[in-house]
Amino acid sequence: MNHASWINIVYIISCVLFAFGLKFLGSPATARQGNWMSALGMLLAVLATLTAKEIIGFQWIILGGTIGASLGAFVAMRAAMTQMPEMVALLHGFGGLASVFVDWSAYQNHTPDTVVVITALYLSILIGGVTFTGSLVAWAKLSERLPGKPLLFQGQQLVNIAVLAGVLLLAVPFYMTPAYHPVFLWILALSLALGVLLVIPIGGADMPVVISVLNSYSGLVACTTGFVINNVLLIVVGALVGANGIILSYIMCKAMNRSLNNVLFGAFAARKKKTEGTAKGEVKPISPEDAFLILESARSVVITPGYGLAVAQAQHAVRELGELLEKNGADVKYAIHPVAGRMPGHMNVLLAEANVPYDQLVEMDHINPLMDTVDVAIVIGANDTVNPAALHDKTSPIYGMPIIETFKAKTVFVIKRSMAAGFAGIENELFYYDNTRMIFGDAKDIAQKLVAEFKSAV
Amino acid sequence: MENQIIPFVFLLYILALSVFLGFALISRVPPLLHTPLMSEANAISGITLVGALIAAGSGDANSPLTIFLGTAAVAMATFNVVGGYLVTERMLKMFRSKTSAHSPVHSKG
Repeated sequence: MNHASWINIVYIISCVLFAFGLKFLGSPATARQGNWMSALGMLLAVLATLTAKEIIGFQWIILGGTIGASLGAFVAMRAAMTQMPEMVALLHGFGGLASVFVDWSAYQNHTPDTVVVITALYLSILIGGVTFTGSLVAWAKLSERLPGKPLLFQGQQLVNIAVLAGVLLLAVPFYMTPAYHPVFLWILALSLALGVLLVIPIGGADMPVVISVLNSYSGLVACTTGFVINNVLLIVVGALVGANGIILSYIMCKAMNRSLNNVLFGAFAARKKKTEGTAKGEVKPISPEDAFLILESARSVVITPGYGLAVAQAQHAVRELGELLEKNGADVKYAIHPVAGRMPGHMNVLLAEANVPYDQLVEMDHINPLMDTVDVAIVIGANDTVNPAALHDKTSPIYGMPIIETFKAKTVFVIKRSMAAGFAGIENELFYYDNTRMIFGDAKDIAQKLVAEFKSAV
Repeated sequence: MENQIIPFVFLLYILALSVFLGFALISRVPPLLHTPLMSEANAISGITLVGALIAAGSGDANSPLTIFLGTAAVAMATFNVVGGYLVTERMLKMFRSKTSAHSPVHSKG
């Protein structure tokens, strides 16, 4: 058996370790172990590759590796949990560009001669280019370096279509004369432009979907690069990552009751006019002191957080409140909507960071059937994800979106700064329900007041 | 591995089966862990590193352009691998069950 075969055998072991890594992520108890197995698989793959005959000098590898590893470690250790979506967007972008560079360097070294390699190269550059600039725009929007709202300009659709058509048409000369480098560079340039154009019209609230889609692109580009450089490992991993992105995009879209098409291109469609809230009636404010009296006698409490909780930095105060409620004999759970947060699963990480045990984090589909039996549901920083209009009001823009059914609880507390409408600009009829009490104020402030009440009562 | 080109059809087989494997594995990850799932996916997509190593290390006919491309690809892929695994580890360390929640407090606030 020759040396290249040995390397491929190590690659098989790496694939198995990557698969186990993902399998172990099936439970929080084994997830860390899985991550280490996956990292071990990566280490083996790298070490095996370094023994390849093609590698004759290490100086550039050492230089690149040192820069990448130190920057990666620095960013990974410093990023706040609220910044995780930005970090992930950045990783997607670099992953995409790394693949493009690998393809490009393969292209420089020898001209592709088979239809398979030319096709794979073309797709790699296209998807990789889109992934790189698309991720950078997503990163800029998430970190508020660009405005979160959709950026639209006159004739944008025309420009998009022209650029897309340009990239597709360039495939023809690329097939006919793959050795002609300017065509290659034009494909790359237009792909980079396309990535920007595709993401700027998408609003900040839809970034969870965009991140998931870019995740699957970063997998696809690894895959096509695998075909370009004839490497099995890239194809397997690319498929795994691609599947990951597709599944997460689907889950996010379902949780918003929107099609992927609507999220990605919705800004161009005529916006449905915001319906005036059909909700009428009186809101019933309550002071933290009175709220405490109700909470004190509650046997079961469900806290429903939205991203507003993280914006107000109230995680720790809320966790403390949860602990005091438990000490008081109540059963405390946190109801997590799939789109609470800025990326899939984000709210769970934010609460875990505040030391909330994961057994208390309950997903929407599991908490809703129990909602009838809950004494008090506390809504903090969430709005549209608890709006009952989504269930019955066919004229509502969010009609059909699954919600956390807090309105079924005996009493609902909504902690909110003011009566301003939520992210989607829709009135929330939950605020007018008979069993709803509004606690007006800053989330962190109110949580701390409630904590103080509990402490002084003991 | 230039001396043994793997036929296209075999690569397609592997791709098809890997897609199934991916869907089977990932659909079983609970929403609780979707953020670490994504960052771990970032880390493994840094597998482009194996291609980048060859690109940066095969000096031979190197023009400055290929050296630059190879070195930059190594840097970015390593960024993904190291950053991805470390940030995943950092997140997963925070997930504690009720029984162990209060032992090593790991919070900033």
